[in-house]
Amino acid sequence: MNISKEMSSGLEINSLRAQILLMAQKSGEGHVPSSLSILDLLWVLYTRVLTIDPSNPNLENRDRFFLSKGHASLALYSVLSARGFFPKSELENFCEFESILGGHPDRLKVPGVEASTGSLGHGFPQAVGVALALKIKRNPSRVFVLIGDGEANEGTIWESALLAAHHNLDNLVCILDFNHSTDRALKLGEISSKFMSFNWKVKEIDGHNHEQITKSLMPQLSSKPLFLLAHTIKGKGFSAMENNPEWHHKAPNKEETKTFLGELN
Amino acid sequence: MRKNFALTVSRELSNNSSSVLLLGDIGVHAFRDSLKEFPERVYNIGILEQSMISVGAGMSLEGLIPTIHTIAPFIVERALEQLKVDFGYQKLQGNVVTVGASIDYAALGCTHHCPGDVSILLNIPDVQIVVPGHGEEFASLYAETSRNGELTYTRLSETSNSAPQKVQFGKGLLIREGYEVTVLCVGPTLDLALEACADLNVNILYFTTVSPFDSELLKSVCTNGKVLLMEPFYEHTLSPLIIEALSPLSVQIKSIGIPRRFLRNYGTSAQHLNYIGLTVDNIRNTITELIGA
Repeated sequence: MNISKEMSSGLEINSLRAQILLMAQKSGEGHVPSSLSILDLLWVLYTRVLTIDPSNPNLENRDRFFLSKGHASLALYSVLSARGFFPKSELENFCEFESILGGHPDRLKVPGVEASTGSLGHGFPQAVGVALALKIKRNPSRVFVLIGDGEANEGTIWESALLAAHHNLDNLVCILDFNHSTDRALKLGEISSKFMSFNWKVKEIDGHNHEQITKSLMPQLSSKPLFLLAHTIKGKGFSAMENNPEWHHKAPNKEETKTFLGELN
Repeated sequence: MRKNFALTVSRELSNNSSSVLLLGDIGVHAFRDSLKEFPERVYNIGILEQSMISVGAGMSLEGLIPTIHTIAPFIVERALEQLKVDFGYQKLQGNVVTVGASIDYAALGCTHHCPGDVSILLNIPDVQIVVPGHGEEFASLYAETSRNGELTYTRLSETSNSAPQKVQFGKGLLIREGYEVTVLCVGPTLDLALEACADLNVNILYFTTVSPFDSELLKSVCTNGKVLLMEPFYEHTLSPLIIEALSPLSVQIKSIGIPRRFLRNYGTSAQHLNYIGLTVDNIRNTITELIGA
């Protein structure tokens, strides 16, 4: 689906950032900085890369996207809504009792969500299963999975890396949102070389640079799965929130929201 | 029972192009022909049980029907969260078939025991739990459950009853009518119960489906609330279901099953069963206690 590049301008991203902030402020919930670190990646995926049809979310020949770090759901909901998977009015109900939009995405409730994630380390191996299934079904669609660097502490991430390479899943792309969440606990070291040693094709990009994201995710001839190390900033766009662990699972109050929104202007 | 499993699933792979098999490096020899014949749908995934369950869930998302197989504790206990979230929460169809029931691998020690599997899995809403008592029963129960849209856990045992019963998924069988006590046997415990109760005036029920539990059958035959459970897994696993099924009747339940402690001896499972009281004498004594209670 072609969307003009103008739509992915800074203006559009800022509008989504504001939306994320307002959803968190209204609900008192959400992982805002984790969502902001992946927002550019999601926006480019959903506007320039993925073959999707928001009016038919289960289209057989769609590309599949898995948000393995499900706590960044605010970003996913904002982008899915912007692309028309569900009305924007739903965003106002984030985390309310009867809302379809929870702190972690539920595939049985939210159009466009491929898997119910939240427990870290589950989305990646499911994406491997889907990539393998598409091969079995001779379906040429691609599978994208986005994991966090904290999530990469989980053993299933490395099990999945091993499996995907072993089965030559060239239809699979794993994007790592490297926002340094895990530095305080367990440093990942040279991640790219690790994936390279697992026999993945590896690229490194600035995860906020739309041109780099787009270029790195274009289909290419390789028999290997693709690992994309995206250098990102947790809390990107709001200076007091950027790389500040205090905000990991904290919703801004009205006054803080006003201050943050002022930065967008 | 394992032979019937291999035959049944191999036949399913031949007949159904949406059927896939994932092995956790167990059962590879038994499925050697299928591995050759259907290399795109039969995988020896490796020894990574958590990811194996999630990979199966991913395949299920795409409409394939996975059967996933390895030794019980390594799926049920190590990959429980994957079963709960990836299959249960997401309402995905899949078949998990394990070997090494309870203390089948007695000589290998407690790391390979899994008497807690059924009580653990009963915590996953809507899970189907099947405990065949004979290989031929596995075949018919798999035919009923493997494509019915749910997550099914099937527990294969090294112990088998001498003859299959005409079992139906979700239904218990009334094997013999009596009135003093209702003996509810699960899977491979039936032969022992029949031997022990040959001259006793008891109901004998035979259950190969534990979840959903056939409350109606139990309620229809047990009028005095006296129940002896013959459980090939942890004792009293089914007691809460019995109490609920017979409510508001006051119940007296005894269970002869695997005691809730580490069984640190080795030897054979038969030695263990004898040691822990899954014996004719203990069954008769327990029934006598219940009658007099």
